[in-house]
Amino acid sequence: MRVFFTMTDNDNNANRDDREPVIEVRGLVKRFGCHTVLSGVNLDVYPGEMLVIMGGSGCGKSTLLRHLIGSYIADEGTVKLFGQNVAELDDAAYDEFKKRFGVLFQSGALFNSMTVGENVALPLKEHTDLDDATIDIMVKIKLEQVGLRQAEDLMPSEISGGMKKRAGLARAVSLDPEILFYDEPSAGLDPVTSAEIDFLMMDLARKLGVASVVVTHEMDSAFRIADRMIMLDKGNVLMDGPRSDFEALRDSGLTGAPAKDTVRQFLRGDSEGPITQRRQNSGFEDDILNAAAGID
Amino acid sequence: MADETNLKLVERIGARTIGAARYVGGASLLLASTVGWTFRGLVSPKVRLDHRSLATQMVRVGVRSLGIVCLVQGFIGVILALQMEPPLKQFEQQSQIASIIGVAGFRMLGPIFTAVILSGFAGASIAAELGTMVVSEEIEAMDAMALNPVRFLVVPRVLATLTMMLLLTPIADMMIALGGYGISRGVLGPSVYNEYWKLMQNMLTYPDFFTGLTQGGVFGLLIGLIACYEGLNVRGGAEGVGRATTMTVVYSIVAIVLAACTFTVLFYVFEL
Repeated sequence: MRVFFTMTDNDNNANRDDREPVIEVRGLVKRFGCHTVLSGVNLDVYPGEMLVIMGGSGCGKSTLLRHLIGSYIADEGTVKLFGQNVAELDDAAYDEFKKRFGVLFQSGALFNSMTVGENVALPLKEHTDLDDATIDIMVKIKLEQVGLRQAEDLMPSEISGGMKKRAGLARAVSLDPEILFYDEPSAGLDPVTSAEIDFLMMDLARKLGVASVVVTHEMDSAFRIADRMIMLDKGNVLMDGPRSDFEALRDSGLTGAPAKDTVRQFLRGDSEGPITQRRQNSGFEDDILNAAAGID
Repeated sequence: MADETNLKLVERIGARTIGAARYVGGASLLLASTVGWTFRGLVSPKVRLDHRSLATQMVRVGVRSLGIVCLVQGFIGVILALQMEPPLKQFEQQSQIASIIGVAGFRMLGPIFTAVILSGFAGASIAAELGTMVVSEEIEAMDAMALNPVRFLVVPRVLATLTMMLLLTPIADMMIALGGYGISRGVLGPSVYNEYWKLMQNMLTYPDFFTGLTQGGVFGLLIGLIACYEGLNVRGGAEGVGRATTMTVVYSIVAIVLAACTFTVLFYVFEL
């Protein structure tokens, strides 16, 4: 794998190294046809940590997340959850692992045929021996945690996008998971709702002590919630370090190092820099000019 | 140049063949998984069949299509009677309209037309529903929660299409017979309707009813399976959902006709 630069001279990282990671990814490669989406990614996530994976569209961050939740199988490399290589697990054993993590999808992914309460109750009904009365109480507690107790009997079609994400989050934490995965939790939300979701995620991480992996390209949100950040670019980890390192790089001037300047441009959202330069060098403008020349 | 064209033709045929084999293989795996989960639901106390979901699907597939099935099958009876009367009249055999409608309706037309209606009415709707769930990440969410989509989504839908085809087929048979009788009373005259029910009863045997019912069940299974397979394999958002909906109807009708042809050959060979 290629990590272009990693910042580890930090107290936070020093503490992390004393513990066993709950997620351990080594040399992860994923190809779709002849297109390589992930080119040997390494990654560790530690208990209680909020890791933000970011990168531009098509950089492979959602693909990486889908490997972590078991939707994709790696072409090369290993993904270990709680120290166990998931590729060595059969379906039943992997299902047991899945009960130890929760996922909040971009759209909330609530089941539209069920009420909000039924959505939250579903994992409890299927994976526990709790009686209906206890499940009902737990649903109320989970919905209260995300500030949605009043919406228990509403259908997903009757609630807003932000409420859907809250309900999805309540469902994701219904089995008290040890890891929470978030796929673009702020996407499509207004700034206030987005901030509310961010604080909710931080609150849950603190109260439940779970490790959180957040895939996003919303910079405000990323800097608000992250303990540690990873920048993916063209299937490679371009930078891995604590939030403070990313903040320092964002606020610094040009470094002259291509990898750092690429990360810096992404963090700042600049319209000029290595990322735009790379797009121009890909021959895109020539293609347009050639196409235009062919039009009479 | 000719060699190149032939090569492309061979490539295209090869690709289509592989695609068809892949489709049949995928649908067969889905069928095996559906049968497996149904069996486990029946014998294992830990794996419960979702009766509420099954009932919901049965209402959606069967009860809501009852009106349109009755209407269409009634008109099929009318058409059959009116089409057969002139040639049979030449031989003064109009009364045999009842016998022919009975055999044709109970053995084939009842189940096959009901299945075609259901493929458009319920099959397309199932494919669209599951396809939308794929697009909105609901299926992926189920998988991430260790909830098997076949168990929760496919089993109730396939059981519903199968069961409702078994229930709708006798109703469809009766509607064809009633349609023929109605038009005989209204237009064709006493030579046809006087002994309509008696002749039909004399002609029909139990195998006529049960071969039709068997086909109905298989058609129901095919519709449910193809609809779920298409729905779960949706790619590409709303466009993919539209495509799955269309292909469900097309593939279902092709599968129904192929199955009907196979059954006809088998029944002919075994003199059923």
